[in-house]
Amino acid sequence: MLAKRIIPCLDVRNGRVVKGVNFDGIKDVSSPVDLAKFYNKSGADELVFYDITASYENRGLFTDVLKTVASEIFIPLTVGGGINTLDDFDRVLKCGADKVSVNSGAIKNPALISEAAKKYGDQCVVLSMDIKRVDGKFHIFSTGGRVDTGIDALQWAVNGEQSGAGELVVNSIDTDGVKNGFDLEMLSEIQSRVKIPVIASGGAGKKEDFLELFKAGVADAGLAASVFHFKEININELKEYLKSNDIEMRV
Amino acid sequence: MTRNFFQSTYNKQKLFNLLGVNIIAIVDYGCGNLYSLQCSLNFLNLKSTITSDPEVIKSADKIILPGVGAFGDAVKLLRESGLDSIVKTEAEKGKYILGICLGMQLLFEKSYEYGEHTGLGLIKGEVHPLSNDIKGDLKIPHMGWNALNIKDINDPIFKYTKNGDYVYYVHSFYAKNCDKALLATSDYEVSVAGLVKSKNVYGAQFHPEKSGDVGLNLLKAFAELEDR
Repeated sequence: MLAKRIIPCLDVRNGRVVKGVNFDGIKDVSSPVDLAKFYNKSGADELVFYDITASYENRGLFTDVLKTVASEIFIPLTVGGGINTLDDFDRVLKCGADKVSVNSGAIKNPALISEAAKKYGDQCVVLSMDIKRVDGKFHIFSTGGRVDTGIDALQWAVNGEQSGAGELVVNSIDTDGVKNGFDLEMLSEIQSRVKIPVIASGGAGKKEDFLELFKAGVADAGLAASVFHFKEININELKEYLKSNDIEMRV
Repeated sequence: MTRNFFQSTYNKQKLFNLLGVNIIAIVDYGCGNLYSLQCSLNFLNLKSTITSDPEVIKSADKIILPGVGAFGDAVKLLRESGLDSIVKTEAEKGKYILGICLGMQLLFEKSYEYGEHTGLGLIKGEVHPLSNDIKGDLKIPHMGWNALNIKDINDPIFKYTKNGDYVYYVHSFYAKNCDKALLATSDYEVSVAGLVKSKNVYGAQFHPEKSGDVGLNLLKAFAELEDR
């Protein structure tokens, strides 16, 4: 059966990793290529790169990084950030990305999901959702989680699947950064409505949080950034721990 | 003159052959992104060329038939380019061939992906929708890391691979009725044909170029297969 996945996420601005900290054995902690190699060696099942470059002119720096990573690391690569058109899909897929994650781009133009799925296949399209509770309901937020769109998140997830998204990233704004565990309630509401894989994001602080996530059966993968970047969790140790607790892992 | 000579892929190929350098031809018939695959071969220091030139394919040491997308479209492109018969002839001559993902499915006799399509017929068996056989609530496509149950560990393709190693799959259709060709399977409610072989023709349903070290080791072992 399929192994549950552990996915580190790297934010890249102007070709450099944001929030790079001191790692042993890495020459340059803010080099996305060095960090990606490190994560690959540590047993990451997939890598996610978010391009948070503000200016359009510097987008080339990101694709250069992506090309280099893809030429040295042979695990699935997902790319997000600034994906608004089919041309954006094309641009990153040509540089070695396997999946493309859309967020605000799909809010602005929901047809982007179906058009991309038709052109590149469902497996290629990841719908990333920033979700927050508003008056007891789950709302989709846009623009890096700053703007309440008023869109019902559960319906948005179902629509996304129907339009051809092959995977969902559920990022809980409520638990993000709190490091007190994933948002199991939110994940459960989404998971029960779709058949496509759900990637949980936001809230991981310790190994036990991942065990709780997978034991609850509400996600196929756990995604995190800072706990991996700040070496609070070592991916190899995490996977050994989960495996010893009967979670199927690629170790 | 000299410059033009070396700029021609065909001449470069001939030169490599003269020098005894083995080349893997990655067949480009307009189906899929070959960037990662060639990167993985480069990473292993293996010489490869992405080509649709029959002469280059004929003179190559080994052939990789890649592919993503729909079987019907792919087989049509392969036929229109005439590369189907080139690949078939080379296979029948005994050249080592590796089909990857849809490229593996193309090696079979038939596919029932949206209709019925004839494949290259190099391996006995057919390709069917996973959705016909998966009755539980497992997700389709079968996408992610799954373990290999190796049937014949003595096959040279497994020189650097061990039973239970994980490989990366992305597919919604799978090969059936190919028991004799099975080298390795993965469990996904049904038994998924992961790696198949008929004589000198190999097929991998998973993506070795996305399967980390395990995938690289399989590609390395493929490149090292020696003429029988």
